Amino acid sequence: MFGIVRQNVGGARGLSSQGLNSMVRLRPIASVIRNYSSATKEMTVRDALNSALDEEMAADPNVYVMGEEVGEYQGAYKITKGLLDKYGPERVVDTPITEAGFAGIGVGSAYHGLRPVIEFMTFNFSMQAIDHVINSAAKSNYMSAGQINVPIVFRGPNGPAAGVGAQHSQCYGAWYGSVPGLKVLVPYSSEDARGLLKAAIRDPDPVVFLENELLYGESFPVSAEALDSSFCLPIGKAKIEREGKDITITAFSKMVGYALKAAEILEKDGINAEVINLRSIRPLDRATINASVRKTNRLVTVEEGFPQHGIGAEICASVVEDSFGYLDAPVERVAGADVPTPYAANLERMAFPQIEDIVRAAKRVCYRSVPLAATA
Amino acid sequence: MSMASIKFIKRTSFLTSSQFSSHLHRWIDSSSRNKPPVTSSGRFGTVYGGRQLHTAASISSDQLSTEAPSRQELNFPGGSVKFTSKRIFISGSNEERAHCYRVLNENGELVIDNDLLKITKELAVKMYTNMATLQVIDTIFYEAQRQGRISFYLTTTGEEAINIASAAALSNNDFVFPQYREPGVLLWRGFTLQEFANQLFGNKHDYGKGRQMHVHYGSKKHNYVTVSSPIATQIPQAVGAAYSMKMEKQDSCTITYFGDGSSSEGDFHAGLNFSAVMEVPVIFFCRNNGWAISTPISDQLRGDGIVVRGKAYGIPSIRVDGNDALAVYSAVYEARKMAIENQTPVLIEALTYRVGHHSTSDDSTKYRPVDEIEWWRNDQSPVKRFRKWIENKGWWSNDNESQHRSNIRKELAQAVQNAERTQKPPVADMFNNVYDVSPKNLNEQKESLRKTLKQHAKEYPSNVPW
Repeated sequence: MFGIVRQNVGGARGLSSQGLNSMVRLRPIASVIRNYSSATKEMTVRDALNSALDEEMAADPNVYVMGEEVGEYQGAYKITKGLLDKYGPERVVDTPITEAGFAGIGVGSAYHGLRPVIEFMTFNFSMQAIDHVINSAAKSNYMSAGQINVPIVFRGPNGPAAGVGAQHSQCYGAWYGSVPGLKVLVPYSSEDARGLLKAAIRDPDPVVFLENELLYGESFPVSAEALDSSFCLPIGKAKIEREGKDITITAFSKMVGYALKAAEILEKDGINAEVINLRSIRPLDRATINASVRKTNRLVTVEEGFPQHGIGAEICASVVEDSFGYLDAPVERVAGADVPTPYAANLERMAFPQIEDIVRAAKRVCYRSVPLAATA
Repeated sequence: MSMASIKFIKRTSFLTSSQFSSHLHRWIDSSSRNKPPVTSSGRFGTVYGGRQLHTAASISSDQLSTEAPSRQELNFPGGSVKFTSKRIFISGSNEERAHCYRVLNENGELVIDNDLLKITKELAVKMYTNMATLQVIDTIFYEAQRQGRISFYLTTTGEEAINIASAAALSNNDFVFPQYREPGVLLWRGFTLQEFANQLFGNKHDYGKGRQMHVHYGSKKHNYVTVSSPIATQIPQAVGAAYSMKMEKQDSCTITYFGDGSSSEGDFHAGLNFSAVMEVPVIFFCRNNGWAISTPISDQLRGDGIVVRGKAYGIPSIRVDGNDALAVYSAVYEARKMAIENQTPVLIEALTYRVGHHSTSDDSTKYRPVDEIEWWRNDQSPVKRFRKWIENKGWWSNDNESQHRSNIRKELAQAVQNAERTQKPPVADMFNNVYDVSPKNLNEQKESLRKTLKQHAKEYPSNVPW
């Protein structure tokens, strides 16, 4: 069998928290990389997630994967490909169709010391299990006064894909991001995917890991350091993907790519945009965002989710609280349309931010000199 | 022949026999492409014990014959099923309900005369004293709520046997996932009267650090998971913890308690169904006390209670008289053995009556007759019944009784006084345990609060420590 060794009976945690925090500090800083091959490897986000899962399962026998179609089918989006053959059905568990069931079961096993990685086929289906994510997982450490911790990861695609309609397209970043006790991560590139998933699995707190279906197939260059099995990204640190001095654009997940493309277009118009990849919605890296806004004095937030009570609203409030005096223009939020996602391709395109929307918002923020006229 | 049967015959001759068998062969081949093959026990060998999966791919030679089949049974996905030409619907209601296991009648007499249950005097007296203690605890804390000293309480009246006898049949390593009407299990495991009182008063000695509402006890050292308010969520959690025990091959199981009302929740279905598929050592203990706040059982479900659902999920189940401590003990004892030795879930439905109100926020006389309540309180009292039994055996007397109850009352009154006087948890504690390591924003807020309290000390109560 696996020869699982527990340190003590009744709820030991496998990799205990004291071993983890030292790993969390690792960050790929270009100047630190030495003696590695100069050819940068490319890796799809899918492979990045798969390799991260594989390495963490190899390193800790308490880590196991559970969800619909994760085993025999190799994963609905093939993220768990090959894991069943390698680790067996005990650690790659195919479930009946019951999100509430397997989320609750995962949490229960985490109470007793296992480290589950629960896959929701999309986070839209997590709504059927949301009581367990929030009341059974997020709040347990607090409600038990530290007697129970829940080292669980809930992962899966979040937000819109392409032509999947209203019940498969909602973004849950704002919902989960508002809950104390949860950590919410939103990777963009393959390095993000690898580093953040590894950090999430090693973290003693419950983590909601929001991926993006359309990013799974995208390839990104990965450094040799990121390919190492001990690689880990810190939770709660945003990444400045592109430095700039005129305007700050914050984004996460797929929108980071859009924001980068918008920045290239803006460059031609003489607007030098700084693009921040949030990487983490909770905790939100207010320090990095505010430092950037204090430098550029203008802010555009981008997200695919609904505008009301969204991520952009929180970022705007944070900047107003911390850096009000530095703003030269009101903050603009670029978000999805306030409608359930339509299915028809032309309508769907209108329902989500496109690169042009980000460009226009950035220009408005740069040139707005006349405030909106008050009525009478 | 009817039109329907003619169509049926036409369809079966559609595939020629050679096409049919080659179709089958392709089917077998594709399913064995994924290693290890599904049909062999190797797929689930290490984890799933003896259960063989029956799929369409494990086809008997019978079915491979080239004759047009007029078979008596067919290997459908899920297993072989016999055909019948009688169109009979399985009835939704039973003329006779599932029988209820009971060994002690209301007079405290054993209805069977064997030593199936080897209960020593020591164990029996311990069980009785705990049941009596539980009654005293309920009385005193209920009164404390009525006096305004605590804001909420719920009693276990009528279910003392369920609480104590089931706990007595378990080992201390078995993980308990309670609902909220099982403080007796914690009492059995050694939770003291003072510890109960501390939780209710939310003072600094409370293991929950004042975070939880009343009666939401939890104690890691007693393997009793903190009570959680949403109904039935503990059911799949118990299955998950049992899965963890199974992976470690521990000589323990999990037990989860829930009421008749909980059996309506989706989590009940998911938990039971899943536990059977995963083959884990979990005991599902349903306290069918007839009421979910004001909802009587007849408005909750229409089947024969909860025990019959076990079979639907493939789980061995038993119905037991919840007011009979010996029957409950015996059932849980055996269930635990089955769960661990066979790595299987077990369902126990204990029939009883919720004698008390749902909680201190409820007045049940508004929706049920008082004489019904009184009948169950007196005639079927599990405590009285067990007392008669141990007294008949010469293990207990009136003197023991009055002595014990008065001791507990004194001790408990003292515990309540102590708990009331003890300081509340420090305010600084409010920010801990949200995460494993406190994040920066909470540290900032904690510091900001500390400064505010210090600066405006006059405006805040002086007896609340930092």
